[in-house]
Amino acid sequence: MTQEQTIENIALTELLDKVRSFRASKHRLAQICATDLGDKYELLYSFDLQGKLTSLRTYLPIPANHSLAPGSAGGPTTDATHPHLQSISSIYGASILYENELHDLFGIQMDGLAVDFHGNLYKTAIKYPMGSKKAPTPTCETK
Amino acid sequence: MATTIIPFGPQHPVLPEPVHLDLVVEDEKVVEARPSIGFIHRGLERLAEKKEYQEFVYVAERICGICSFIHGQTYCQAIEEIMKIPVPPRAQYLRTIWGELSRLHSHLLWLGLMADGMGFESLFMHAWRIREKVLNIIEATTGGRVIFGSCKIGGVRRDIDPDTMKTLLAQIDDINKDMHEIVNVFLSDRSVKARLVGVGTLTKDEAYDLGCVGPMLRASGVSQDMRSLGYAAFNEIKVEPIVRTAGDSYARCEVRCGELFQSVNIIRQAAAKIPPGEIAVKVTGKPTGESITRTEQPRGEVVYYVKANGAMNLQRFRVRTPTFANLPALLKVLQGCDLADVPMLVLTIDPCISCTER
Amino acid sequence: MAIFAMERLALKWAFKKPVTSRYPFEPRVPLPHSRGKLEMPTPTCIHCKICEKKCPTDAITVDRAKKTWVIDRLRCISCGACVENCPKDSLTLSEMHNGPVVTRDREFAAAVVIADKPSPPKV
Repeated sequence: MTQEQTIENIALTELLDKVRSFRASKHRLAQICATDLGDKYELLYSFDLQGKLTSLRTYLPIPANHSLAPGSAGGPTTDATHPHLQSISSIYGASILYENELHDLFGIQMDGLAVDFHGNLYKTAIKYPMGSKKAPTPTCETK
Repeated sequence: MATTIIPFGPQHPVLPEPVHLDLVVEDEKVVEARPSIGFIHRGLERLAEKKEYQEFVYVAERICGICSFIHGQTYCQAIEEIMKIPVPPRAQYLRTIWGELSRLHSHLLWLGLMADGMGFESLFMHAWRIREKVLNIIEATTGGRVIFGSCKIGGVRRDIDPDTMKTLLAQIDDINKDMHEIVNVFLSDRSVKARLVGVGTLTKDEAYDLGCVGPMLRASGVSQDMRSLGYAAFNEIKVEPIVRTAGDSYARCEVRCGELFQSVNIIRQAAAKIPPGEIAVKVTGKPTGESITRTEQPRGEVVYYVKANGAMNLQRFRVRTPTFANLPALLKVLQGCDLADVPMLVLTIDPCISCTER
Repeated sequence: MAIFAMERLALKWAFKKPVTSRYPFEPRVPLPHSRGKLEMPTPTCIHCKICEKKCPTDAITVDRAKKTWVIDRLRCISCGACVENCPKDSLTLSEMHNGPVVTRDREFAAAVVIADKPSPPKV
């Protein structure tokens, strides 16, 4: 029953090169997933080729002073304390939804997004509901 | 030329569920579509951290009303893979049969909505008349019409006894005959063709690059079906993906029509091969580990990522649903289409917004 | 290749009885084994609280001291988890579905106090 899959651990700096090589070998982007591990986010990029799934696992450190409170005017924060991640949307156009999701649910600031929803993809009552639990309780916004 | 922005949704006659599109229109042509989802975000991924992992099957099943059974099945498979639970073969076959019944009812629902979307009301009624028969089989075998509730970790909760199986097969024959009649209409009627042929063409490369899944991908000529991974009983029942190369709305309709008969075929094969025996094993302990599980839903490939750290609750539960993967392709096919075709094109990806917003 | 497929289909059904039923006059008969309304526990109930623990939606509240068994109908999803796990088989799912719930009184609207039940048989 076990489905054929491998998970490669890579450093954050190698990510874009790796993704480019997957693109060159005609892999299909299956998903991007983040997990909150407390002091870092675990990122999982899965690629599919003819039913064989390969995932890249990398860790994104969360700055110690990271806060999930919304920025001015309730919009997205461009706060330096947010963890920053390089977008792969220039390589895989389909990644925009996953990356906007990372921003909206986890508060990860995406750099170089092809289509940026500025935090409006998900209209959640609580900003960044799945973000690091170490951060102070996010405030509920009333509109 | 001056551009106009026309809001489409979240409330629209053609949409059963809320999704919003801002259509940038020049004259009658759509230049660009900007989606906005998240109207019904329920935070189910976060709920997994509060519910016991065995109870969460009920939640996983309620991610979507139409592909409910396969959601529950995928979740169970993910946990079974982590905990190395050997699922009895009879349970695997029952899961296959129910999974295909759910595909039948989902595709018939879609065909009905499609007919409704183009204003073919009587065809819509006929599609749903047949779907009602499928729902009756589902209710007779599982107890629920839409939420099956028959899958649990380690097996299934109900058995289908031989008598019921015989009635089921007789009903399936009847449904098969009815489906031939309406599929004939869908594939040969002039007015249906006028609305579908050549509309929203997606080439093979575009479909692949945009990460399409399911019938959307297969209609563009990519032969990919997660059932060939051999989960449940699919290692013994071989599935040949139904592929069309045209890539337009008509091809998507053809693929789904073909899959109806494929599902009937699979149900017959599974009913013939089903072994006797136990239907569930007892599950004890707590899961530790992670797994990525993929199955083929009516709408396409679903990806479950489950990470557990030995607690009663899961550490992370993530679902990538087929509609989420098909949305970029929808935006692509909307570019350059006529305003009047927008509802049809939105329908051809078989949008399931509840799925998308776990 | 089918010509006049829809016309033939329409003609065929023009002379048939409708498949829909005249609902309020002909109520729908539920199929056997359908998961409907959760019946109140029979007097064999020993207030063991297993159903309360197994309920995925926390619809059931059992008080061992007061011997009460309370269900919130608006929360119950008729999943059958309590029925499967009941050690005394005192819970059943009826085939009929629950009627409309018109009040939101969560705790007491559907409360059943099994106070005068006979003591459970010694096994």
